[in-house]
Amino acid sequence: MEEEIKLMKGNEALAMAMIRYGADGYFGYPITPQSEVLETLMAQKPWETTGMVVLQAESEVASINMVYGGAASGKVVCTSSSSPGISLMQEGISYMAASELPALIINVMRGGPGLGTIQPSQADYFQATKGGGHGDYHLITLAPSSVQEMCDFVGLGWDLAFKYLTPAIILADGVVGQMMEKVVLPPQRKRLTDEEVRQRCPWAANGRKGMRKKNVITSLELDPSLMEVNNERFQRTYKKIEENEVRFESIGTEDCDYLIVAFGSLARISQKAVEMARKRGLKIGILRPITLWPFPKAEVARLSERVKGILVPELNAGQMIEDVRLAAGSGVRVEHFGRLGGIVPSPDEILDAFEKLFLGK
Amino acid sequence: MDVNDIIKPENKVYGKPVLMNDNNMHYCPGCSHGVVHKLVAELLDEMGVAEKAVGIAPVGCAVFAYNYLDIDWVEAAHGRAPALATAISRLYPENLVFTYQGDGDLAAIGTCETIHAANRGENITIIFINNAIYGMTGGQMAPTTLIGMKTATTPYGRRVDLNGYPLAITDLLARLDGTCYVTRQSVHTPAAVRKAKAAIKKAFQNSLDKKGTSIVEIVSTCNSGWKMSPAAANDWMAEHMFEKYPLGDLKNV
Ligand SMILES: Cc1ncc(C[n+]2csc(CCOP(=O)(O)OP(=O)(O)O)c2C)c(N)n1
Ligand code: SF4
Ligand SMILES: [Mg+2]
Repeated sequence: MEEEIKLMKGNEALAMAMIRYGADGYFGYPITPQSEVLETLMAQKPWETTGMVVLQAESEVASINMVYGGAASGKVVCTSSSSPGISLMQEGISYMAASELPALIINVMRGGPGLGTIQPSQADYFQATKGGGHGDYHLITLAPSSVQEMCDFVGLGWDLAFKYLTPAIILADGVVGQMMEKVVLPPQRKRLTDEEVRQRCPWAANGRKGMRKKNVITSLELDPSLMEVNNERFQRTYKKIEENEVRFESIGTEDCDYLIVAFGSLARISQKAVEMARKRGLKIGILRPITLWPFPKAEVARLSERVKGILVPELNAGQMIEDVRLAAGSGVRVEHFGRLGGIVPSPDEILDAFEKLFLGK
Repeated sequence: MDVNDIIKPENKVYGKPVLMNDNNMHYCPGCSHGVVHKLVAELLDEMGVAEKAVGIAPVGCAVFAYNYLDIDWVEAAHGRAPALATAISRLYPENLVFTYQGDGDLAAIGTCETIHAANRGENITIIFINNAIYGMTGGQMAPTTLIGMKTATTPYGRRVDLNGYPLAITDLLARLDGTCYVTRQSVHTPAAVRKAKAAIKKAFQNSLDKKGTSIVEIVSTCNSGWKMSPAAANDWMAEHMFEKYPLGDLKNV
């Protein structure tokens, strides 16, 4: 399959990207607003073309543990869900982080807490970037703001997960999952043969072929002195990721007087607000973190020395703003603007909030 | 005849399975887990499938099964072994994938994963150690604990009004269309051990032949949790457990 240009929903792009990036398996359970992922995969029948396994699991608990099994065996596997389902997966994600396994998890966020709403939200920022499950761990957290990035980050997520042997999560919001845009689908990446999997992942539990040394995937270590060593190794990996994998997009930040830091759909909406502001003679730049963890701390710190104020619009009650404040320090005013419960603000609302907070209008 | 004649292969009647290593086992003396481990190790070797085998260890006393049997293992979260086995078996259809689970793992926290894996007819073998108690966490009530049985959380004996009924989950699994072989065995006498070995062998062969899900329940003792000597625990099991959990094949297609 060659590169192809299509018009589709973000959720559909996720599914097409999984097939084209050579996924071995997807395990999922339906939940709005991302059910199109499993539906698209089932309609595409990739088991007849690439050999990819697709399975509707009995719950998110089962699907994440299927991902755990698949990742433990060295295969390229993934699951997707939305907020309540991702909450159910936290134990499994923690096990994978502790077992140093590469896997991709996708959260197309909806409003919570509880069953909440099926409308878009960004309220799982803390859960994704600060660990989420039990124990000291981080997930590489990618925040797409376009259908193209929904597609691209599937490949990027797996590449990073396999590079560092740790799970990655795509933290999308319901807007990006549901909106339709043009997308360039990548050419088909070949799935690895079992032999190639054995070479790439000599640690994987997939049978002692040729009676090689046995492989055991476990997160358990009862000796605290050894468990500390394990934890120190995890932390070294996280440090390397923080040093090498920070990604962000800057829009008009070089000449700006004020800064907006926003991710996902709110970065897109803020872009419109900033265009409107420039027409009124207000120079606002946008810093869009692409990796929410590792967070672009240095870039926020650099810009915070120059700007008069930072606005952090989010679809939550103030989560990423904590990381922005930590990075910016106390020398600059950092304000939050949020809509809750599934309400998505218009560009006017964001600009109004900015003028009220920083210009006293 | 000196020792070198005696140890000739043709004179050998018993030996440690080659897939079982010399690590010190953490199991209490007399515990059924050790016997079942030995059977699994013997069979994987005798059937020539050690290279294809992937075991999924539970959370329970058998959590360290991977320390004793020299095959590939994944240590699952509590109750989730059948979900891991599902994925590995589907991603490597030629492998022999089995889970090894206790009654708390399989019939309480993991009921959902167990029933659905079996109902999908995953080509896996489930070895189910039913010792009617949570051995690992210090002897609390299990779903399979008998009425009247004393445990750390039923100190006056299990009562129906407080705790409900013991769950014969294997009976339920036998009714699912996805299972091809469901049997209940024990390992408290040499004859029982031989039968249990034949049952596990059949289950493994079914998995290799992709016939669906095979389940071998081993009605077991937990002499420490039951607070009995190993011999007394064997007698108690025969006297009390087999009535609720009768031995024999429940399904064999
Ligand atoms: C999510 C979770 N809940 C509880 C526990 C604690 N726990 C460990 S083993 C166990 C019960 C084990 O009993 P069983 O499955 O019957 O195995 P046995 O030790 O009897 O062989 C429990 C409750 C845990 N490890 N994880
Ligand atoms: S506590 Fe019970 S199940 Fe666990 S090793 Fe001891 S006897 Fe066996
Ligand atoms: Mg038990």
